[in-house]
Amino acid sequence: MTRIGIVAELGRETRVAATPTTVKQLLGLGYEVVVEKGAGESSSFRDDAYAEAGALIVGADEAWGSEVVLRISPPTEDEIARLADGAALIGMLSPGLRPELVEALAARPITALALDAVPRISRAQSMDVLSSMANIAGYRAVIEAAHEFGRFFTGQVTAAGKVPPAKVLVAGAGVAGLAAIGAASSLGAIVRATDPRPEVADQVKSIGGTYLKVEVAEEMKSSDGYAKATSEAYNARAAEIYTEQAADVDIIITTALIPGRPAPKLLTAEDVAAMKSGSVIVDMAAGQGGNVEGSVAGERVVTDNGVVILGYTDLPARLPAQASQLYGTNMVNLLKLLTPEKDGVLRIDFDDVVQRSVTVVREGEKTWPPPPVQVSAAPVQTETKRAEERAAEAAKKMGLSPAGKAGLFAAGIAVLFGINAVAPAPLPQHFTVLMLSIVVGFYVIGKVHHALHTPLMSVTNAISGIIVVGALLQVTSDNIIMQVLAAVAVLLASINIFGGFAVTRRMLAMFSAGKARS
Amino acid sequence: MSDTVTGPLTADSIAGAAYVVAALLFILSLAGLSKHEKARAGVIYGITGMIIALAATIWLTVQDAWGTGAGLTGLVLLVAAVIVGGAIGFWRARVVEMTGMPELIALLHSFVGLAAVLVGWNGHLEAPALSPDLTAIHHAEVFIGVFIGAVTFTGSIVAFLKLSARMKSSPLMLPGKNAINLGALAAFIALTVWYVNDSQLWLLIVVTLLALGLGWHLVASIGGGDMPVVVSMLNSYSGWAAAAAGFLLNNDLLIITGALVGSSGAYLSYIMCKAMNRSFISVIAGGFGIAAPASKGDADQGEHREITAEATAEMLTNASSVVITPGYGMAVAQAQYPVAELAHQLRERGVNVRFGIHPVAGRLPGHMNVLLAEAKVPYDIVLEMDEINDDLGDTSVVLVIGANDTVNPSAAEDPGSPIAGMPVLKVWEAENVIVFKRSMAAGYAGVQNPLFYRDNSQMLFGDAKTRVEDILKAF
Repeated sequence: MTRIGIVAELGRETRVAATPTTVKQLLGLGYEVVVEKGAGESSSFRDDAYAEAGALIVGADEAWGSEVVLRISPPTEDEIARLADGAALIGMLSPGLRPELVEALAARPITALALDAVPRISRAQSMDVLSSMANIAGYRAVIEAAHEFGRFFTGQVTAAGKVPPAKVLVAGAGVAGLAAIGAASSLGAIVRATDPRPEVADQVKSIGGTYLKVEVAEEMKSSDGYAKATSEAYNARAAEIYTEQAADVDIIITTALIPGRPAPKLLTAEDVAAMKSGSVIVDMAAGQGGNVEGSVAGERVVTDNGVVILGYTDLPARLPAQASQLYGTNMVNLLKLLTPEKDGVLRIDFDDVVQRSVTVVREGEKTWPPPPVQVSAAPVQTETKRAEERAAEAAKKMGLSPAGKAGLFAAGIAVLFGINAVAPAPLPQHFTVLMLSIVVGFYVIGKVHHALHTPLMSVTNAISGIIVVGALLQVTSDNIIMQVLAAVAVLLASINIFGGFAVTRRMLAMFSAGKARS
Repeated sequence: MSDTVTGPLTADSIAGAAYVVAALLFILSLAGLSKHEKARAGVIYGITGMIIALAATIWLTVQDAWGTGAGLTGLVLLVAAVIVGGAIGFWRARVVEMTGMPELIALLHSFVGLAAVLVGWNGHLEAPALSPDLTAIHHAEVFIGVFIGAVTFTGSIVAFLKLSARMKSSPLMLPGKNAINLGALAAFIALTVWYVNDSQLWLLIVVTLLALGLGWHLVASIGGGDMPVVVSMLNSYSGWAAAAAGFLLNNDLLIITGALVGSSGAYLSYIMCKAMNRSFISVIAGGFGIAAPASKGDADQGEHREITAEATAEMLTNASSVVITPGYGMAVAQAQYPVAELAHQLRERGVNVRFGIHPVAGRLPGHMNVLLAEAKVPYDIVLEMDEINDDLGDTSVVLVIGANDTVNPSAAEDPGSPIAGMPVLKVWEAENVIVFKRSMAAGYAGVQNPLFYRDNSQMLFGDAKTRVEDILKAF
């Protein structure tokens, strides 16, 4: 049975890669779990709790010697050396930013998986650790700001006077930004948000913020789910907005990050100088160079005019229990994917895009960077891709080669030709009509809206009652049996025609376009 | 046809012209029905076309038969039949519940089938004076028309019985079912050849019985869960029956209309098949019931959790976005009105409420849309599966009301599942899933649903309508 080792983190990292709850889930996947003594101490998970969940509490060496090692922060050189041959290490490795780490890992006969390299596709959301950490960081940023801010967030009218609500500006409406908007607005503040992607306006609105649109004739479409660098004109207008807002708001939280590049400067020293004394700025991008001029990574800075700039880079770690729980769950979800049989055996399937993307090193062989993945944030492209996939699938299902299809088509044409060539007078003409009508029927129906399928069917049903014409032509026959049969046919077809049209009208009368109700 | 009147404006030529106009109007009608804005106009086109076609035909008949004894009897019969039939049709259309729509449509298809059989029989009795070549063709046309009509007739009857739960919905599994179908087809071809050479009445009786049996067997071997496809397939068959009658009677209008209905119905079935990841060919062949054997649900599914209506109400009030995915269970419980009210109240509170409709939810394509429209749910918040699937991950609460197979995660995750590969609504990606269900029984396809045992799903047992009303009370 494969053993998973939960090892302690280094330095100021307060989180841990598994909690007692996720340990249980790991056991459920068929693994054996060992936890390094005191690994969960700083996130309030005691060794007893792990033991109760079914894990074995062991020393550091034994934990590092496990077949699978779960971690949060990237390992040091020494720690890499502690891994057993053939072991797998899973953690936040930021392989894109730290090529030297990837080399060091590849020097050992091990497998390394970067949980922070999960592609942003729907299926992989449950293991997207960047999102879950960003969510926590966004929340915590507001709490830190509230802690520094000497006033209420919510507006109140009290016997001791009126209190205006705090005004908060959130720059960047990604996961962290949205979490910050939600937290700030639930504390009662007036929240405004900026983001280069106009499509997030609804999301901002939905959690209580106001979206400040940058009015430039240009739209950002991101094909990989992350924001991209912006154009000159846009930047100029955005800078104006930040200057205007800085003079007005009490709290600014910046979350703008561009993967693989330094963070964009959003607020200049002048903007900061224009802010009221006692205002707070939380620069969540401080670790990548900062969005705010004057912010220092990991530090609290107070400017000359009394503005507090927080550059904390460990925001998720400041909510250790929560962050560990979410991280641990992301981890369990990845392991679920890697353990399809739930038999405690780790299998990496390179045909699966998620598994391919997270694998940095496989058995000592460097597999970074993975091929790029297109994600759902670019609807047009995914649509075509899906269509292509579907077409490919359909072709597979048909089980016919293009040549076979062409052959079948040719045979069909030949049969049609043959019939028409030998058939006597009225028949070829009827065939012409039949073929044309089939084609027309096919195209006319091609773009039907899904909601209209039922009315469409009942109308075609009514129309196929046209068979009454045949019966009508026969009803005046001399033969009494024929007359009776024809009359019955007319009766049946009439039910169809009248019933079909009536019921379709009834159905259509019910479709309303939303205004009727609201 | 009449040859008595000559000149540029004969009854025949006027009828021919009227038929062209009618055919055009039918095409416009179908085209109109593919868009919300033009749908009503489409129905008007259809009705106008039908009136023109009927008026022209009746006039033609009257011209021919005026004054003869048989003609008068025929006209009386005609008027009586149209009035009675029309009255029955209107009555059924007025009283039908929207939830009973699939049954009604299946039953209406059977009428077309039966009418085609009768017209075919008359074609035999009529025995027109024709050249030998044409006589042979005439016989073949009679035979084919009767065959298609009879298959449509019994097929639709079985579909009707299954949909209205008068017959067991599980697929009939006769040994060698494919051999039976193929044998029936082979027998039909042999009989056609025989009949063309020697047109005996008993041959026609035999083929009618054969086709009736085949139609019955085709649809009986398809499980109730696949009925949306079957109904639209029968719709297509009824069109082909009309087209065959057109060949028989030398009538272009019948051919055009029949082919229109036939090909559009076939295309609709094709869309359905794609949505269910079934092979189109095997559906037409009626053999795809084989692909869905009743699987034994895993014994070790885990525990499901229950939730109360009050807790649900609280969860909904605190949610920022709610997606409701209805299924046949909502139709059965007649819960569309309370559900619409629920959506309305939540929207008033600023919750982003949307509906996610699986293409094969219900027992008829678009069934759910019709029900929701009946309850006045604005159609711009009613989205298709593809439109909503990517958003489900960001949704606070998903209400699964009477749907089962269409939200089954094993279709996406378990390659061994009988419904593997069928596109489904990924409700399990949402933060919370509340499943309205009467019991823990398996769905129509007989497949166990692991969704109910997920950590983020909770069950709200009971009748969907009463439960939704309870939630409304708890607000």
